[in-house]
Amino acid sequence: MTHTVSVTRKTLRRLSLTMAASALALAAVAPAQAAENGKFRLGIVTFLSGGAAGPFGVPSANAAKVVIDQLNAGALPAPYATKGINGAEIEMVLIDENGGATKQVEEFRNLVQRQKVDAVVGYISSGDCLAVSPVAEELGAMTVFYDCGTSRLFVENKAPKFVFRTGLDAAVDNIGAARYLAATRPNTTRYAGVQQNYSWGQDSWADFTAAMKQTLPKADAVESQMPKLFQGQYGAEISAVSVKRPEIVHSSLWGGDMEAFVLQASARGLLDDATAILTCGESALERYQGQAPNGTIVGARGPFGAFAPQNALNTWFTGVYQNAYQMAPTYPASKMAQAILGLKHAAEKAAKAPGEVPAPAAIAAAFKGANFESVSGTVQMSRADGHQALQGISYGEYHFDAKTKKAELKNVKSFSGSCVTPPDGTEAQDWIKAGFPGAKCE
Amino acid sequence: MNSIYAVLIDGTIYASWLFLVAAGLTVIYGVMRILNMAHGSFYAIGAYAAASMVGWYFNGDGAALPVWGSYLMLVVCALAAGLVVGLVIERGLLRLMYGRDEILMVIITYALLLILEDGMKMVWGVDPYMAYQPYAAMGRSVLGGLKVSNYDLALIVVSLVVGGGLWAWLERTNTGKVLRAVIHDREVAMAMGVNVALMFTLTFVLGTTLGALAGALTAPAISVAPGLGVEVIVLAFAVVVVGGLGSIEGAAAGALLVGLARAAAVHYAPELELFVIYGVMSLVLAVRPQGLFGRTLVRKI
Repeated sequence: MTHTVSVTRKTLRRLSLTMAASALALAAVAPAQAAENGKFRLGIVTFLSGGAAGPFGVPSANAAKVVIDQLNAGALPAPYATKGINGAEIEMVLIDENGGATKQVEEFRNLVQRQKVDAVVGYISSGDCLAVSPVAEELGAMTVFYDCGTSRLFVENKAPKFVFRTGLDAAVDNIGAARYLAATRPNTTRYAGVQQNYSWGQDSWADFTAAMKQTLPKADAVESQMPKLFQGQYGAEISAVSVKRPEIVHSSLWGGDMEAFVLQASARGLLDDATAILTCGESALERYQGQAPNGTIVGARGPFGAFAPQNALNTWFTGVYQNAYQMAPTYPASKMAQAILGLKHAAEKAAKAPGEVPAPAAIAAAFKGANFESVSGTVQMSRADGHQALQGISYGEYHFDAKTKKAELKNVKSFSGSCVTPPDGTEAQDWIKAGFPGAKCE
Repeated sequence: MNSIYAVLIDGTIYASWLFLVAAGLTVIYGVMRILNMAHGSFYAIGAYAAASMVGWYFNGDGAALPVWGSYLMLVVCALAAGLVVGLVIERGLLRLMYGRDEILMVIITYALLLILEDGMKMVWGVDPYMAYQPYAAMGRSVLGGLKVSNYDLALIVVSLVVGGGLWAWLERTNTGKVLRAVIHDREVAMAMGVNVALMFTLTFVLGTTLGALAGALTAPAISVAPGLGVEVIVLAFAVVVVGGLGSIEGAAAGALLVGLARAAAVHYAPELELFVIYGVMSLVLAVRPQGLFGRTLVRKI
């Protein structure tokens, strides 16, 4: 009896050793092959599950898929007509951003060290960006953040080398919102806010109230509500805001929370008496179906989605996206396309021969301070020592035509990048409080 | 405008919702001694079923169809979802686990919650669903200057009916009497010829249906998105623990207490809002560890 058991154990041990060894061998071989197959391996990280997947992550992943397919087919208009990136076919490695910053750091290391990607494009959550940024610098991995909005990114990463951001700082959203209100509703005297109770919501409200003190000094913040993330029901919050009779309700809610809030606030009559200004509102443009009252002010965190300008690249992108997914691209999709195009621009500038995949340091050197064409117009990487994009922002009013069931934007106003972005080395709050020194508004 | 008045209205509306969510959880615990973590998933399944059916109902030439049909749809969805899911889980899984440790049951139902969460993502995807028509169609009333959605007011009535119905069923019917015997002493009830297995199935399906009903009735007011169930289960637990595990009156009292406390916090001290529910819970538990209406169990050896 004992004998049999010991034999079984020995066999088991041998078996597991063999399995471990073969797994190791596989792990060692697979990435090496991939890295040397002449393709450009591109890690894409975005939310594929969790609350941010539906409104942001999935449109972004969809955009990445369609852009990469088209790039590999060489179907883009100039200046991106070369196949893939510098002639090398792009191979996408798609990773789910869900699971928190610690997990994302592991996933990032895995992408760079085991999967041997040539660059990573991704990250919606500011927490993930802040955690990944030092690791990217440490590993020397070319990394492009496409959406996360934290102002702290280049405050904490003071001398960035490999980290770039093609999306805008969240402060821009709220400075832009305050400027839009000053331009279109100069008589506003009472405003309120509803934000999610975490850094995104709190920072948004702090930036917005500070900016309102400058642009509309006569307006008072009469109420601030900070419900929990994913709360979904805002009955009490809506009452608390209603009794203060604001004219404007500012909100940085996103995804399901934003849709639920708009639905409930409009059913409760809050949005009959007050106009909502939703900094992420454009992401649900196709989904409100008239549930947001006409005149609701929406933003897209930059000149993206429905706010993107008319140009050859945007016409191409809207067309292929619409063909593939039967809907117009929302802002997260545009932002993803922008990040990939920026990377392609930099890699091709860095490459010495066609078909070559340049080293991360070469791509980073070419990306720094670059001006590249994108679906949102020309992007200047001119902030944070050439690592942060400088672009303008637009806001507009949502209008839904019940007959055609189509939403459109009216009264759109755009503010140039230097009008809403603090200069290098100045923190957003300080810049706002000082009265936007050096801002150039057109 | 009077804030106290607004607190009362908001608090009552929120309490009615909390009670709907918590009722199924407390019924299952009361009879079966299972702390059912998967209750959140039943809520979410109800919400998804309702949202997709209402969406389908109004799709196409939605204008032609009467709105009342969608209310019917909500209830039918909840009943169907609760019945199917409840039966499958009770007969297929929990039946095999009866008599095990209560802690083990928590772990099993937690596993079930995780599985169902991912299962729902496979069926419904990650895009949020909206089924606003039943909510928007009811319009609103002005109560003392405060605009309130009629749908929310109707929910108060529904939760009163559900609570009253549950109470009457437990206290006034024969089945209820048998069920109370099972609650009191499972073994003696079995010895007296009570079909405990049948009672368990009945209770579990009832609990599941109540969870699904809460979800289905909430769906029109919210955007139904992944993770819905997990958010709800924590709140439901707080309510049930405050009221006393397994007690219907307790769930009602707990819901009212938590609902009013939260509404007061939102109006007077918004920064305390996150804390207030757990504040109430810890206060109650400090004074009455078994909850407001909880029974202290004599431990049998």
